[in-house]
Amino acid sequence: MNFVLNLRHRGVRIHTPEDRRLTLDDQSESCTTREGTQFSGREKVKQQKLKWVTLVFALGAIMMLGACKKKPAPPPPPPPPPPAAPTASLTANPNTIDKGQSTTLTWETTNASDTSIDTLGAVQPSGSQSVTPAQSTTYTLTAKGPGGSQTATARVTVNAPPPPPPTPSATEEELFSQNVKDISFDYDKSDIRPDQQSSLQADIQFFTQHPTVSFTIEGHCDERGSTEYNLALGDSRANAVRNALVQGGITADHVKTISYGKEKPFCSESNEACWQQNRRGHFVYGK
Amino acid sequence: MIRCKSGSLAGRKRLQRALIFILCIVVPLGAQDWIRTGTGLGVEKVRLAAPDFKASTQDPKNADLLKAFNETLWNDLENAGIFEMVSKSFYPLGPVGAPADVKFETWSTPPPNAAMLAFGNLGVSGNGMTVQGWLYDVKNVASPQVLGKQYQDAATNDAARLTAHKFADEIIFRLGGGIQGIAETKIYFVSSRSGYKEIWGMDYDGANQHQITRLGSISLSPRVSPDGSRIAFSSLNKGAWEILMYSLDLNRLVSFPRFGGTNISPSWSPDGTKLALSSSRSGDPELYIADSSGTNLKRITSFKGPDVSPVFNRKTGTQIAWVSGRTGLPEIYTAEADGTNVQQVTDQGYAVSPTWSPNGQFLVFSWMRHYGPGAPGAQDIYIMDIASKQWVQLTHDGGRNDFPCWSPDGRHIIFQSSRSGSEQIWTMLADGTGQKQLTSAGKNTQPNWSWK
Repeated sequence: MNFVLNLRHRGVRIHTPEDRRLTLDDQSESCTTREGTQFSGREKVKQQKLKWVTLVFALGAIMMLGACKKKPAPPPPPPPPPPAAPTASLTANPNTIDKGQSTTLTWETTNASDTSIDTLGAVQPSGSQSVTPAQSTTYTLTAKGPGGSQTATARVTVNAPPPPPPTPSATEEELFSQNVKDISFDYDKSDIRPDQQSSLQADIQFFTQHPTVSFTIEGHCDERGSTEYNLALGDSRANAVRNALVQGGITADHVKTISYGKEKPFCSESNEACWQQNRRGHFVYGK
Repeated sequence: MIRCKSGSLAGRKRLQRALIFILCIVVPLGAQDWIRTGTGLGVEKVRLAAPDFKASTQDPKNADLLKAFNETLWNDLENAGIFEMVSKSFYPLGPVGAPADVKFETWSTPPPNAAMLAFGNLGVSGNGMTVQGWLYDVKNVASPQVLGKQYQDAATNDAARLTAHKFADEIIFRLGGGIQGIAETKIYFVSSRSGYKEIWGMDYDGANQHQITRLGSISLSPRVSPDGSRIAFSSLNKGAWEILMYSLDLNRLVSFPRFGGTNISPSWSPDGTKLALSSSRSGDPELYIADSSGTNLKRITSFKGPDVSPVFNRKTGTQIAWVSGRTGLPEIYTAEADGTNVQQVTDQGYAVSPTWSPNGQFLVFSWMRHYGPGAPGAQDIYIMDIASKQWVQLTHDGGRNDFPCWSPDGRHIIFQSSRSGSEQIWTMLADGTGQKQLTSAGKNTQPNWSWK
């Protein structure tokens, strides 16, 4: 005999007779039948008697079930389950980058038939992609499926690039060092020699073309003579150069002067070549 | 002279000695480049014997303190320039620690043949030290004592040196025409030995050298005030040369106004109320006079070219000398302190760094007298009588010699010289003799002698 008692709404199944075992898979009840009831009918019983016994057992089992469940009536068949809602997740690693660097977006969806990321378009249901946003961007992952749609976002912050190197200033400083010429002086003199006029004109030309550049004129002297007199002499030299620039049309407001006398020589030997190097008005950029 | 109460020396003789000393400096010998003008010319220096002081107690610290005391006393007397020190090898045997030990005839006759005898004793007791010192006229047996002094101080080497200085100054005062000795005076100068040019100080004999400023910049031209309480100097400060003021009482800088431009070479009036300095605040280095607080700044020169290194006549306070480049090379000029009555003092070569003698009659300065293309000449120390413009050359031994400064007793001049290979501070008697190097570490320049 072979029959199946289908108590579907309770999830109860009774299997007979091959294994002569009746199993009650009902998770909501803790009936003794849970462990299974061993039936003891054997094949050697006469067929009619077997039939009767089986019926009795079956009825008994049904009665037991009924007593246990106390269900007044079998329920109607349930509606089919709704389609599962899609899920979506989106991450960016790293989520902060400097401009020009790239980051990796990683996403994962389930139950989606249509997956897209804005600015990237349709994408695989899950995957990863490297992106290089030019500015801070919020990526939105949209997963659409029969169960609805789901979005996830990931923010990528793009740091402003470091301020560009002061290219114009560097150029100005380079031009300064290339074009501005120190002014040499005779021993114990602070008037500008005729042979220094070409240097002076080059300086005037440069400062006319670069009216905003600020600089210091240092007055220097050679090692001979007194410390105090040389400081005064260096001051006169620096001022002589400054005055010559002013006469050449340079605005003197942002030109500083300082005397170093013989305190900071360029050259430390005791000969005329060295002394001449130290007797000068020296231009220093940007002080 | 009147203050000398000792009856053992004739006042006339002391007056004569003082006059001769000054005359020796004045004696015009400008026609010759090299002349020795001894402080003792025409007069015998006092023959002075100074046997080592004797221990008066049994304390074990006596030996060290006696050594410091005896060395200092001897050097002070020898440095004074007015004594002929009797060599110790001539001394009679036996220590002399008290008047009872003095056997007059053994000192007053050859070989010592001393006129004067300085002697005494030193004893440590606990933490204190007692020194007794006498000065005897050994040829006046009836009334030999010229001086008798007792000193008490802590039992330290520094105190022993200071006591020796004090006793030496007493002797020098009595035998040197009533002029205060210099053994307790100080020298201020610029030293590079810390890695920066800072202001340093030391005793007059080169002992006790110590750093005063710690500015980490370039500091120059220290000038101590007449009362010894402050040092004015110039320093590269916040990108400009400004005058700074250091209080030796407070051991720190005190406020002083910034003038703008290059401000250098401050110097004090003898009453300590005014400062003269050079400032380029107007665009050209000119001389100014301000109150010692820096207020009431008044300009007193107006010639194009550097005007720098002003110094008040330290006797009168009404006259200044300074260096001006108004004719090209730097020369020395004098004027009244208000800038009137300008007189050119030197008219050749390269003359810088004037300072006055204490009596206000002489200038000492640094001069490259034979200056010219191809003949840079030597830079030496000269004295000039300001009234007659007669001069005497004091250094001849090579190197660059600069920044002379007179001692308060007028007998010594301190200066910087490169003759030993680097700039160092040297001292000499005002006649050019007895030249001695006082510093050796780093470069040491621009010495300035305290006023007392």
